[in-house]
Amino acid sequence: MKYAHLIWGNLLRKKLRTSLTLLSILVAFILFGLLCAIKQALVGAVGLAGADRLIVRHKVSIIQLLPENYQARMLRLPGVELAVHQTWFGGIYQDPRNFFMQCPVVPVEYMAMFPEFILPPEQLQAWLATRTGAIVGRNTAQRFGWKIGDKIPIMSPIWGRRTWEFDLVGIFDGRDKGTDTTAMFFRYDYFDEVRQTQNFGKGLVGWYTIRVKDPARAAEVARLVDQEFENSPAETKTEPEGAFVQAWANQIGNIALIVAGILGAVFFTILLVTGSTMSQAVRERIGELGVLKAIGFSNGQVLGLVLAESCLLSLLGGGLGLGLAWLFIARGDPTGGLLPLFYFRGQDLFTGAGLAVALGLATGAFPALQATRLRVADALRRM
Amino acid sequence: MQSGPLNWLAQLAAVTRFGLMSLPQRRGSVAATVFGIAGVVLVLVGVLSIASGFRRALVASGAPDAAIVLRSGADSEMVSGLSREDTRLIAEAPGVARNAQGALASAELFVIINLPKRSTGTDANVPLRGVEAAALRVRDHVALVAGRTFEWGRNEVLVGVGAAREFAGLEVGNTIRVGRESWPIVGIFAANGGVAESEIWTDAKVLQGAYNRGDSFQSVYARLVSPGAFRDFKDALTANPQLNVKVVRQADYYADQSETVSRLITTLGVMIAGLMAVGAVFGALNTMYSSVAARTREIATLRALGFGRGAIVVALMLESTLLAVGGGSAGGALAYVAFNNFHAATMNWQSFSQVAFAFAVTPHLLVQGVIWATGIGLVGGLFPALRAARLPIASALREL
Amino acid sequence: MSNEPEHRGPLVQVAGVTKMFHRGSEDIPVLSELSLEVARGEFLALMGPSGSGKSTLLNLIGGLDRPTQGTVAIAGDRIDALSDRQLAAWRARHVGFVFQLYNLIPVLTAERNVELPLLLTHLTKAQRRSHVATALAIVGLSHRADHYPRTLSGGEQQRVGIARGIVTDPTLLLCDEPTGDLDRKAGDEILNLLQGLNREQGKTIVMVTHDPHASARASRTVYLNKGQLSTEPEA
Repeated sequence: MKYAHLIWGNLLRKKLRTSLTLLSILVAFILFGLLCAIKQALVGAVGLAGADRLIVRHKVSIIQLLPENYQARMLRLPGVELAVHQTWFGGIYQDPRNFFMQCPVVPVEYMAMFPEFILPPEQLQAWLATRTGAIVGRNTAQRFGWKIGDKIPIMSPIWGRRTWEFDLVGIFDGRDKGTDTTAMFFRYDYFDEVRQTQNFGKGLVGWYTIRVKDPARAAEVARLVDQEFENSPAETKTEPEGAFVQAWANQIGNIALIVAGILGAVFFTILLVTGSTMSQAVRERIGELGVLKAIGFSNGQVLGLVLAESCLLSLLGGGLGLGLAWLFIARGDPTGGLLPLFYFRGQDLFTGAGLAVALGLATGAFPALQATRLRVADALRRM
Repeated sequence: MQSGPLNWLAQLAAVTRFGLMSLPQRRGSVAATVFGIAGVVLVLVGVLSIASGFRRALVASGAPDAAIVLRSGADSEMVSGLSREDTRLIAEAPGVARNAQGALASAELFVIINLPKRSTGTDANVPLRGVEAAALRVRDHVALVAGRTFEWGRNEVLVGVGAAREFAGLEVGNTIRVGRESWPIVGIFAANGGVAESEIWTDAKVLQGAYNRGDSFQSVYARLVSPGAFRDFKDALTANPQLNVKVVRQADYYADQSETVSRLITTLGVMIAGLMAVGAVFGALNTMYSSVAARTREIATLRALGFGRGAIVVALMLESTLLAVGGGSAGGALAYVAFNNFHAATMNWQSFSQVAFAFAVTPHLLVQGVIWATGIGLVGGLFPALRAARLPIASALREL
Repeated sequence: MSNEPEHRGPLVQVAGVTKMFHRGSEDIPVLSELSLEVARGEFLALMGPSGSGKSTLLNLIGGLDRPTQGTVAIAGDRIDALSDRQLAAWRARHVGFVFQLYNLIPVLTAERNVELPLLLTHLTKAQRRSHVATALAIVGLSHRADHYPRTLSGGEQQRVGIARGIVTDPTLLLCDEPTGDLDRKAGDEILNLLQGLNREQGKTIVMVTHDPHASARASRTVYLNKGQLSTEPEA
């Protein structure tokens, strides 16, 4: 574009100042990326919940167990396509800080309920053939360096106060970028058999997930399920998976608000810093802008030149910042285990780019308008 | 000019004064830097005040002369289990304080119920704790603030102020429905901001009945005769072959519980504020470089007149640091006004239930904020100051 | 040369022009009911003491300002009646400026500076380069085309300024104290250039100056004093 030399030349006029401003913008956008990833790590599961799935838990709290025979009763209800259960094992691998979820499940139907967990068929077969078999998600397998064939000891304070040993027969991956691959699943029949020796929890499971035939009628099906078990010793509360996950995230706190607040502070600051620099830069060039106008550049063109300069600076800094953020986030959890699902969403990258453009326009607007209001004769005198 | 330290100080004062007097001319860029540093300190102190508030809520709960006994291997009450016999043996152990009614030990039960959170309307986990008569005396600072305490043997509950604040419908006179049970609320208690305030209490016997727990408990809270008695108490219990328990000081137990959340928030907070600080350094450098550039002739004149290089460098750094500290203090003050005692609640990962706490902007945090601001000011002023000192005087004097 | 239909009559027609400036609450008339005509191909010098309004008059002729009263017509176009945007476009097409302090853009090379007015046209890159090369050749600076202003002498910078002023082949070349900041030798070179442009290429030039050596090169000189024109210098 023919004005490139003018715009670029202006940015290079005071290299130190431009570099420092660029670096400030860069840092702001690294922060943006980081905060987006943190927010995703804490509350991202909501967006990935299955639209056709409902969670059925004990009405009093999820800590309470439900009878195993509820499964058959739910399958008989109209609108229910599939129902599976899982139970909180609450086990510890070596150190309580190495936290990840473990649940006994019924293999084939569970994998059918959660197609986002991708397990190679031969590994599923191995699992069906091994009573003490367990599969684990890629994230946790990599975290502890587990390989197929390893024996994994898990100490459960709830179930038997003993160490259970599982054979790792499979590692599953996530279908989507944010799919949780931290969990470990083992066989319910093995679990049930061993817990018979304990006089606790016989015939009870943690919670159910059901798939509805028609997502549009999910609320209706939820009502039917709760009605079915009303006035029984274990009443249920059924809600869409998304709502359940959202409620869980809400217990952590209003993360979205906090992140938005911090980002607001960051961008307000960067707006001030960059805006002030741009204003100063334009003020120094009043005479030159007057010359351009004398030559015949219109107000619109002068405005465009100033905005192009501020946008170029902000897109450069923003682009580099987002790029660096992306590289850092790709390395995974920076907290050493507390935020296993750490990733940069594509749509957040776009939002960042949009913000960079907005920043460029905002910081250039005021000095650009000042430039257009210049009376040429005055400007020339101030050259 | 005569030489000597007094004279040097006079030079320093003069140069600094000139610098500060010229501030109004540069108010745009100066304001930008000051706001930038204020922002850094605001975010740093704000985020870290969450961690310190959470930790304080948990630590406020731990009396130094109180102990908690759980089943061996359990790191929280939820996964612990003790029989009636176990709790009797624990209450009889050496070191336990006694009063006219007997041992100051409360065998307790811990379950979780769901109630809708006021701020979001969605359900969250609340601890429902069954206690024995000594419960109020094995913890510090527990006091009734409304209504009355529950009657033993009845389904009545006492609600902590934190829980009442966070959850809808927890007022004296209301009733909580849990499954088939109704629990009328008869009173509200406070516990000096500690974890107990986020809980709902009732008679342990009644809770056992409601949850089919037979005569089992999950923990014993015991008051010891003195903090020093802990050693003997613990040794006696762990040596006892009839018991399989874990004995911890109340303070340590709660510190452990807060560790995960505190660690997460602190790590993230420092990372975020650190990045902001780096950005602020760039902003400060920009301001100071342009400030030096604008005053080139003035600085060269001072040097031509005989003002020493050192005085000029120090004066410029002083100017930059004063601005930064000003911004930092403003940020800290704003953080205090905006965040201190702001009530919030989050999940305690050990008990999976809500802990109500208040953001705590402590003096320690404010000092940290000012230190960060000072650092930013020093770095932001150093390089421009050195450049000013190395100006070739003759050409600088001619500069337009 | 120009593709426009030849306009009969004087190129520049300033009629009854008054220009007031506001200083605080006072209105000061810088030009009072002034009339001036400049024929096509003339080289006119405008002289007068400082504060006499010479630059103001030049600005009016160049479309950089509008008169408070009166009319300004260039090649028959009433430029005092144009809007700001129209004036900008008009200036780009019809006027070249040469300033006392050269007013070059320091971040652009000599040839990029000369190219500036051409950016406002629809010429292709190749066409622009060709016009720039021609303009630089006319002022004798082809060998310094890729130099930045800070590495050029005062005289060279002014020659770049003149090249920029003629690169669009404008109807009118307006010079405000073109030799004001140069020594005698460099100033003479500039005046030679301007004279050459006028005599050999028929460029109409209006030059403001306070230097009699400069005005001696012009074909006609008028004097401005207290906002009024005369053909004689102040007695």
